[in-house]
Amino acid sequence: MSLLDHLPVLLVIGPLLCAPLLVLIRIPSVVRWLAQAVVTATAAGAFWLVQTVNEPISYRMGGWTPPVGIEYRVDKVAALVALVVTSVAAIALLIGHKAARDTVIKGRLHLFYAAYLLCLTGLLGMTMTGDAFNVFVFLEISSLSTYALVAMGRRRNAFVAAFNYLVLGTIGGTFVLIGIGLMFQMTGTLNMADLAERLVEARDTRTIHVALAFMLIGLSVKLAVFPLHQWLPNAYAESPSAVSTFLAGSATKVVYFQLMRVIFTLFGASYIFGEARLGTLLVPLSLLAMFLGSAAAVYQSSLKRLLAYSSIAQVGYLTLALALGTEEGLRAGLLHLMAHAVTKAGMFAVVAIIVDRLGTDHIAALQGLSRRMPITAGLLVLGGIGLIGVPGTAGFVSKLALVDAALGAEHVFVAGAILMSSLIAVVYVWRVVEVMYFKTESEGPRLRERPASFVPAGIFLALMLGMGLYSEPAFELARAGASQLFGGMP
Amino acid sequence: MSPFLVSLGLWNYWLVVVLMMVGLYLVIAKGNLVKKLMGLNIFQGAVIMLYVSMGKVSGGTAPIFIESSPGELAEGIVYSNPLPHVLMLTAIVVGVATTAVGLALAVRIREAYGTVEEDDVTRIQRLDELHEIGLSARDALRELGSEGEEE
Amino acid sequence: MSFSIEMILFGFLLVMAVVIGKQRNLFAASMLMGIFSLIAAGLFSLMDAQDVAFTEASVGAGMSTVLFLATLALMPNEEKERKFSWSALAVVTVTGAALIYGTIDMPLYGDPLAPVHQHIATHFLEDSWTEIGLPNIVTSVLASYRGFDTFGELAVVFTAGVGVTLILGIPGGYTDEVSPTGNPVHINEMPVVRAVSKALLPFILLFALYVQAHGDFGPGGGFQAGVILATGYILYALVWGSTELERVIPRGVVERITSVGVLFYGGVGVFSMISGFSFLDYSAIDPEHPAHGQHLGIFLVELGVGITVSAVMIVIYYVFTARGVRGLLEPER
Repeated sequence: MSLLDHLPVLLVIGPLLCAPLLVLIRIPSVVRWLAQAVVTATAAGAFWLVQTVNEPISYRMGGWTPPVGIEYRVDKVAALVALVVTSVAAIALLIGHKAARDTVIKGRLHLFYAAYLLCLTGLLGMTMTGDAFNVFVFLEISSLSTYALVAMGRRRNAFVAAFNYLVLGTIGGTFVLIGIGLMFQMTGTLNMADLAERLVEARDTRTIHVALAFMLIGLSVKLAVFPLHQWLPNAYAESPSAVSTFLAGSATKVVYFQLMRVIFTLFGASYIFGEARLGTLLVPLSLLAMFLGSAAAVYQSSLKRLLAYSSIAQVGYLTLALALGTEEGLRAGLLHLMAHAVTKAGMFAVVAIIVDRLGTDHIAALQGLSRRMPITAGLLVLGGIGLIGVPGTAGFVSKLALVDAALGAEHVFVAGAILMSSLIAVVYVWRVVEVMYFKTESEGPRLRERPASFVPAGIFLALMLGMGLYSEPAFELARAGASQLFGGMP
Repeated sequence: MSPFLVSLGLWNYWLVVVLMMVGLYLVIAKGNLVKKLMGLNIFQGAVIMLYVSMGKVSGGTAPIFIESSPGELAEGIVYSNPLPHVLMLTAIVVGVATTAVGLALAVRIREAYGTVEEDDVTRIQRLDELHEIGLSARDALRELGSEGEEE
Repeated sequence: MSFSIEMILFGFLLVMAVVIGKQRNLFAASMLMGIFSLIAAGLFSLMDAQDVAFTEASVGAGMSTVLFLATLALMPNEEKERKFSWSALAVVTVTGAALIYGTIDMPLYGDPLAPVHQHIATHFLEDSWTEIGLPNIVTSVLASYRGFDTFGELAVVFTAGVGVTLILGIPGGYTDEVSPTGNPVHINEMPVVRAVSKALLPFILLFALYVQAHGDFGPGGGFQAGVILATGYILYALVWGSTELERVIPRGVVERITSVGVLFYGGVGVFSMISGFSFLDYSAIDPEHPAHGQHLGIFLVELGVGITVSAVMIVIYYVFTARGVRGLLEPER
């Protein structure tokens, strides 16, 4: 077998085996660079994977033929999600080097990095696997490490945020486990491809209906779909900047992909949106998330919380794209997944600079930031523009695709709602701009801005602009992925 | 099959569901963080019970091969399904891992807030927020006090 | 006959769950949790899941109880009274009703024709004897057919060790030690306890080794063995104090050992990759006799599991007890 055959597994076990190595080595300087090197290598590997995957790759764990053994199955979309996750992880870790030193008690630095790598392992493992129970196992790896990472925040609220996330996250994970169990009972298999075949026969039983409901609810908790989003604002706002950057760009994206697989791979769009009529439930919930999330963002007093509530609204866009039940919708969903990952991660990366210099992320403390830290303020505005979806940014490309898909599915009202909620985004972005540029009563001294600190945010926002100005590659990727996934089990 | 027999054959699934819901109730309704984790344990334990129930075959025995003579398997023995057992070994371990992390967080919350009761923690957090926007301690307390009366 | 015993045990479980909910003394509640786990283990055993029963008894009744007690040593044991929550009841009722609705189309309990017994399970029952040749089918499936799940499971354990140390760990020794029962009187001043535990300790450690090695033939394996081994060490620490245990195995060493098992398990997988096989394909160890390779591979990965599980359990115990008063005296935030 060639290296390429092993690539999906290597991406997962690379960080997984690096984590215990860090615990063995412990020397802070070595640990830091080893972690950065491994995460960057996974990103490079994922890039290679995206280039080469056309037909789904199947890998037999332990050499056992699926469905008896566990299978890794990587299609275009899985490779795409892996690329997003690993890139975000690699760039966000650059922030982590400073944040880790500041927030983690001396002597535990290696554990911070180990937890970070384990979180990445869990997310990648969920993405690559073709086995339903294996998803649960890796979901728990990523969840447990996330709880620990969130608790590393600067304030004592971080512990409470982590605890509440743990409780809700475990309930969500256990719901998924119940769903998998009921499907297993009616089909006798855990392999997703095999499940898809066998569900055709079994899906008209009450047991499978309930199984589907539990899977969807469990994943919705993890994805923070309205109204199951309560854990997200605190978890994002209280965790260290590097962690919130990483989570904002990766965790919900992977769970979103799992949702896609349940809908399109396991059951098929025609069943989910035809017989099960999920659309009638998911469309209103998505719209509510878009409006209430954005509206709540307007009233936040801290920047991280503002971004967190905006994320809830963005999850609304993502689920709306699925709820349309068309291939165009799926494509728009994939585009928005990429666009939102770079935009939101970029904004959290800017907030990381602000928190580092000002010691707070309160919006009131940003007065006169345009003069105190002009470049930082500029980057924040740039991110905000991307969040609104102004032409030239990635957000524009994905929102346009979403409006297009909504019109294509003859949801004119929905298309209008997308534009309306973007207007609310203008309001909350403007609030920040106003404070930074036009409120100067209690202005502080000019602060030095270190060029190195702009690197992570700069890369994210450059990617955002790149995707907005030259959208062809992203569009092509989303198109290929959507047609593969929409076709049901390849 | 008569409805009575059908219902009899599902009794343990129903008991499992009731047990699961007792656990879930404790997680949602209890304010003490340690108690919440106990509820979570019961909830997960019931799910494990659900899987293990699936694996049972009537008249079966534990899935360990019985040899009639060394190297020869005994004929005609019915074994229960090993797969749910394997899956649930994982689930048990995941459960204790979650409990450990949850308890560690509870200890830190107790140290940071002096309490592990959810409503007390929320109250102190609210106080923190008021303090941050510049309210003096006395005003903040008064604000909270009036809220308490409304409840 | 066993049908009615199962019903009685289920009844006990339900009663126990309700009592745990009502019990406002958390110390008592965690002891009841331990009993809950033991009854559950009994039920698992009646349902032919000996391995699950064994794990539940060692992990649920043993390890979880120790963790709860170690936590309660650091906080008040009385729970505040709280009103009955109707909204929680509503949520639970809806969820439960949905699940019961879902059971209607389920195959009956114990039905040998249920789909779950027809498909891949038959492969394990019919072919694992020739493909792997271990009597305990659960071990074959756990360590080989679904060996990757088990690797992930080990990663979960390792993550728990990392997470707990990250959240609670204090570098340094045990200056202000409290015993996990919250009782300042050291148990080692009680001669009976000391004598009994001294006599028990070698047997516990020996039993752990037996369970580790015997997993191929009967219930047991790395997870159970690891927990039992850790229990032995924890018993030692309970009686003679963590400082004394630290003299036997320093904390830094145990912390490093947690990673050894994961690396060992992964190393077996990487070895098979380098030999041109799939990850965790144990045939790579002895390509001429795949079944022999499977035996050896399963033995090795179970060893890895045992090492990491025991070390993580000990580390978690260390971290909780070391926290003690120091966490309160030197708040970090």
